[in-house]
Amino acid sequence: MEMVNVTIDGQKLQVPKTATVLEAARIAGVKIPTLCYHPELRPEGNCRVCMVAVAGARSLVASCVYPVNDGMVVNTNTADVREARKTVVELLLANHPQDCLSCQRNLNCELQSIAGDLGIRKVRFDGERKNYPIDENNPSIVRDQSKCILCGRCIRACSERQGVHVYSFANRGFDTVVVPAFNQGLHEVACTYCGQCASVCPTAAIVVKDDTQKVWHELSNPGKHVVVQTAPAVRVALGEALGLEPGAIVTGKMVAALRRLGFSKVFDTNFAADVTIMEEGAELLDRLEHGGKLPMITSCSPGWVNFAELVYPELLDHLSTAKSPQQMFGALVKTYYAEKTDVNPQDIVSVSIMPCTAKKAEAARSEMNSSGLQDVDYVLTTQELAAMIRQAGIDFNTLSNEEYDAPMGIATGAGVIFGATGGVMEAALRTVAEIATGKELECIEFHGVRGLQGVKEAEVKIGETVVKVAVAHSLANARLILDKIKKGDCDYHFIEIMACPGGCIGGGGQPVSSCADIRQKRINSIYECDKCSQLRKSHHNPAVTELYENWLGKSMGEKAHKLLHTHYHPQNRC
Amino acid sequence: MEHVRAHVLICAGTGCVSSGSKKVYAALCEKLTQKGMDKEVKVIETGCHGFCEMGPLLVVYPEGVFYVRVQENDIDDIVEEHLFKGRIVERLLYKEPVSLEKIPNYSDISFYKKQMRMVLANCGHIDPENIHEYIAVGGYEALARALGEMTPESVVDEVKKSGLRGRGGGGFSSGTKWGFTRNAAGDKKYVVCNADEGDPGAFMDRSVLEGDPHRVIEGMAVCGYAIGADEGYIYVRAEYPLAIKRLRIAIQQAEDLGLLGDNIFGSGFNFRIKIKEGAGAFVCGEETALLASIEGRRGMPRPRPPFPAVSGLWGKPTNINNVETFANVPQIITKGADWYSSIGTERSKGTKVFALTGKINHTGLAEVPMGISMREIIYDIGGGIPDGKKFKAVQIGGPSGGCLPEHLLDLPVDYDSLIEVGAMMGSGGLVVMDETTCMVDVAKFFLNFTQSESCGKCTPCREGTKRMLEILTRITDGNGRQGDIALLEDMAKNIKTTALCGLGQTAPNPVLSTIKYFRHEYEAHINDKKCPAGACTKLAVFSITDSCKGCSLCKKACPVAAISGEIKAKHTIDTIKCIKCGACMAKCPFKSIING
Repeated sequence: MEMVNVTIDGQKLQVPKTATVLEAARIAGVKIPTLCYHPELRPEGNCRVCMVAVAGARSLVASCVYPVNDGMVVNTNTADVREARKTVVELLLANHPQDCLSCQRNLNCELQSIAGDLGIRKVRFDGERKNYPIDENNPSIVRDQSKCILCGRCIRACSERQGVHVYSFANRGFDTVVVPAFNQGLHEVACTYCGQCASVCPTAAIVVKDDTQKVWHELSNPGKHVVVQTAPAVRVALGEALGLEPGAIVTGKMVAALRRLGFSKVFDTNFAADVTIMEEGAELLDRLEHGGKLPMITSCSPGWVNFAELVYPELLDHLSTAKSPQQMFGALVKTYYAEKTDVNPQDIVSVSIMPCTAKKAEAARSEMNSSGLQDVDYVLTTQELAAMIRQAGIDFNTLSNEEYDAPMGIATGAGVIFGATGGVMEAALRTVAEIATGKELECIEFHGVRGLQGVKEAEVKIGETVVKVAVAHSLANARLILDKIKKGDCDYHFIEIMACPGGCIGGGGQPVSSCADIRQKRINSIYECDKCSQLRKSHHNPAVTELYENWLGKSMGEKAHKLLHTHYHPQNRC
Repeated sequence: MEHVRAHVLICAGTGCVSSGSKKVYAALCEKLTQKGMDKEVKVIETGCHGFCEMGPLLVVYPEGVFYVRVQENDIDDIVEEHLFKGRIVERLLYKEPVSLEKIPNYSDISFYKKQMRMVLANCGHIDPENIHEYIAVGGYEALARALGEMTPESVVDEVKKSGLRGRGGGGFSSGTKWGFTRNAAGDKKYVVCNADEGDPGAFMDRSVLEGDPHRVIEGMAVCGYAIGADEGYIYVRAEYPLAIKRLRIAIQQAEDLGLLGDNIFGSGFNFRIKIKEGAGAFVCGEETALLASIEGRRGMPRPRPPFPAVSGLWGKPTNINNVETFANVPQIITKGADWYSSIGTERSKGTKVFALTGKINHTGLAEVPMGISMREIIYDIGGGIPDGKKFKAVQIGGPSGGCLPEHLLDLPVDYDSLIEVGAMMGSGGLVVMDETTCMVDVAKFFLNFTQSESCGKCTPCREGTKRMLEILTRITDGNGRQGDIALLEDMAKNIKTTALCGLGQTAPNPVLSTIKYFRHEYEAHINDKKCPAGACTKLAVFSITDSCKGCSLCKKACPVAAISGEIKAKHTIDTIKCIKCGACMAKCPFKSIING
C-alpha cells in the first residue's frame, strides 16, 4: 500500500495514501468527534462536527471526507477548531427537543455524548424548533423527526446497505427533513422493517418500537402462563447492552434473568430452528428429487420475506414454505406444549426475544395463527430485554448461569448458528447430507458459507449430487443474487438470504453500536456456542425427535404442513 | 438576396416581452402589410438590449434611431411618420434623466456610452433564432480556427494567457480549470454550462442565452475540443422558457449545419450538446449540486475534493463554466489572448456584465471593462438614484456578496478589490439602495433567501442561517438584545469556516458587510429601538406635524380608526391603536405625517 507522510497535532506518521484525515487521525490515536460519519457507509461530510485545520486550506475541512496528501499538516485542537465544533453541535442542540432524561436513547445517544465531550454548557439560541408528528403506525419502528439531526445515515443504510431506498431528504433550509416518499408513513412505503435505519441512527429519531409495557402487564397477570423463547443471536449481544464486552456469551445469565422477570418457562428458539431444518431440509430434498422450484431460498428472515414480497413478487415460489423458527415455536407452544402440559392455550402468552425488528411485524401477520390463536403474542428485541432487566434492578453480571426449560429449550449447535450469516445453510447441509446419504458426515463445519463476505458461494457434494449453494446477507447483496435468478442465469440449488449485515447478529433490534468488528465478535461467539454443544445436528435433537414421533408425524406431513408451513403474497406498497 | 430599405429591430428579450413587445411586433407587421411596405421593411425580433427600464425597445436602421417604451398604438406614427415619410417620431425618443435632452441615437445614450459591449455585442442586433445572422457577424470562426489551426493544448494555453476568470462567482482562472480537466485521466469527459442563474435581481445569463445563444454553444464546443470532451450539457433553469426555446433552436441549427455533431469541419472532432432543465433550486448553481441534478438526484452539493475536473458528471472529468464565461471564449480565440488581456486590470481581464436593479434610474444590463469604478456604473451608466434620493449602499455579488457604502464607490470593480472590502464579484448582480433602505432589513432579506434556499445538508448553513435570521428579525422587530451584534459576528465566522459549499460559506457576507459599514444602524435598532431609514414598520412611530391642514384624508385612509381630528384642524394619531401600515402617510397631500 502506498503511504504518505502526514503530521497530526505535531505527531509525524505514515498513513495510506487513500486515507481520509479522519482515518489518519485514528491511526495517530487522535479522536475526532463525528456524527454523520459511519465507518460502513459512504462518508458525506454533512454534519460538520469533525472539522480540523489543515495548513494552507482556505477554511477548516471536514476530516471524514478530506483526503490526506503527502506532507499534510493537520491540527485537530486549535481554538478555531474547538469553537467551530462547539458551534455546530450547539446549533444541533438548539433544534433538538433536549428531553434527554426521558428519551429512549438516554445515555446511549451520540449527540448527547458529543455535547458532553465538547463541554457545551449553554445554547445561545432560543428560536424555533422543529416539531413533527411521530410516525408509529407500523409494528416495528418509531420515527420522531423532531429528534432527527439530518445526518443522513438512515438514508445511506437503507439505500447502500439494504438497496431498499425508503428514505430521502426533502424540502429546503430549516424545513429539510428525512422522509419516505411523499412523506408517507413507513407502513405505507416499501419498508422491510429490517431496522437498519434505527441501528445507525445517532439519536432517538428512529428507534425500535417499545413493547416492554405490554409484556410487563402480562407478567403481572396471575391468570396468564407467560412463556418466552430467545433467538440464537440474542445470547451473544445482550451482554453489550448491559455493560459486558461485545460478543460476550450470556446464555445462562439471560435464562436466569428471564426467570427473575417472571416468565413461567424459558425456552430456546434454537429448538424451533432444529424443527425448521427438519422441515426445510425435507422440502429441499423434495424439490431436488421431484423437480420442484429451484433454487429454493430460505425464509427465516422476515425482513427478507418482506423484501421479496415487495420487490421480487415474481420470485415468491422460490421461498421455502417453512415458517421461521419464531413462528414454528409460536405454533407449537400453543398446541404441542399446551397439550403436553395441559395448559389452556387461551392462557398462554407467548413472548419472543429477538435481535430483529421485522419479527414484530412477522408475529402480527394475519396468517400466523395456526394454533387458532395468535401464535406469538409479543416480540421484544434484545434492546428491550436489556431495558426490562435494568428496570427490574437485576444485577445481570452477578447472576449464575441457568438452563433452559425442557422440552422446547433443548437444542443443538445447528440451531444456534442460525444467528450468523451462512448458519441456516450450514445447519441444513449437516442434516440434508446425512438424511440423503444415510451416512454420517466426516466434517460438519462448512467454512465456505461462513464469514462476512457479502455473497458467498459453495459447492457441496451430497452423495453423488453436487449441490450449489449461495449465501447473501444484507438486502443490497440479496439483490445481486435475485437479479441473477430473474435473468435466469443462476444454477444454485439452495440460497440463504438474511436481511441484516452478518445475519441476525446484526439485526435492527440488537444493541445499536453495530459495526463489522463487533459483528465479527458476535459471530465468533455464535460458532463458539455451536462448538460447545453436545449435539450439533438438528436431526439429532432428542426433543425434536420426540416431537415428530409422538405428536407431529412426518416432516412435511399433514400436521406439520398446517402448523409449520406458510405462504407468501405480494405486498403493494409504493 | 432580398433587398430591403429599412430594418426594424424589436427587442424580444424577457423584459421587453413582458412590457408588450410581442404586441408591438404583431401590430407593426400588420400595419406594414396594410401599407404594402412589408417587402421593403424587414422586422426582426432580437435579444435583449439591456435597457430594460425603457422597454419595449425598437431600433430603426439604417438610421439607427432608438425608440423607447413603444406601445401598440405608437405603431401608426412609426410607420406613417418614420418609415413612410422619414421623420423621426420625437416623442418616442429617449430623454436623458438630468438634461432631458432627446437622444435619437443608440450609441449617444449615456447608458451605452461607457459600456464596452463584447459579450453582449450581438444582443439586440441579430436574430437569435437565425444561425446565419450569427455567422454573418463572425460566428463560429473561433471554432473553425481552434479546430483548423490550433492544438487542444494551445487552446487551453490561449485561454490561460487571456486571463479569463470564471464569471459565475468564484473567479477561478478558466484556462487553468480547462487544463485540469484536459490532464485528468479518462476517456470520456464532459463540458457543462452552468445557466442556473439564481441571484435575486440577476439576469445576465438569461439575456445572453436569449440574445446570442450561439456564442455560448461555440464557447462550449471550443472547450470540448480543448479538454477532449465530446458531450456537453447546458443546465438551465426551467424558469427561463425563452432561453430554453432559443437554445433548442440554436442547437438544432448548429447540428443542421454540421457545427455540432460528428466530425465538425472535417476535423474528426465530435461534439453534441444536451439541455437539462433545472427545477429552480438556487443551490443547483453550485457545481457539485448541479451535477447531481443532471444525474437525476436531489440537487445537493458534495464535498470537494475530488473536484469535477477529476470526477464530475457520472464520475467523469468535467469542466463547468457559467454562461458568460463561455460567451467570452470565441473572441479570445478569434482576436487573441493578448488583445483580451489588454482590457481590464492586472488580475481581472476583459469585461463583466452587471444587472443593475434597485433604486437606480436605468434598470438593465450593462457590460463594462473590469476596473471601472462603481460610481461610473451607478451614476454614468445607471443614471443615478431616482426621485432625488441619496445613495446609501450597493449590494454586489447577490446573496454571497456584500453591501458597499458611499465611500467605496470609487473602488475599481475587479475580483480582488471586491473581496478585500468584504463583497465579491459574484455573478454580477448590482442592487442599489437609497436612504430609505434599512441595512439590517437588507441583511435579513438576503439571509432569508439563503436560509430558504439552503439545501439542508450541512448543519451550519441549515441551522446557522436560521438562527442568524431569527436574530436579525428580532432586531428589526425592536426586540434586539445587547450582544446580538457580537453573536451575529461569531455565527458568521463559524458558518464561513464550517459550511460545506459556497452557498453556506458566503451566506453570512451580507450580514458581515452591513455590520462593518452600517454598524450604527444595527445599534440604533437595538439600543434606541429606531430604524434610521424608517423602513422597519414595527419600529415606526407615526405622528402628524403642525403642517396638517385638517383635510381628514388620513383619517379616512386609516383602517383601524387610529386618527382623530375635526375638519380643518390638526389631526392626531393614537399610537396605541396604530398598526403602522403607513396608509395615512401615503395619503397625506401635505407630507404632514412623519415616521419618528
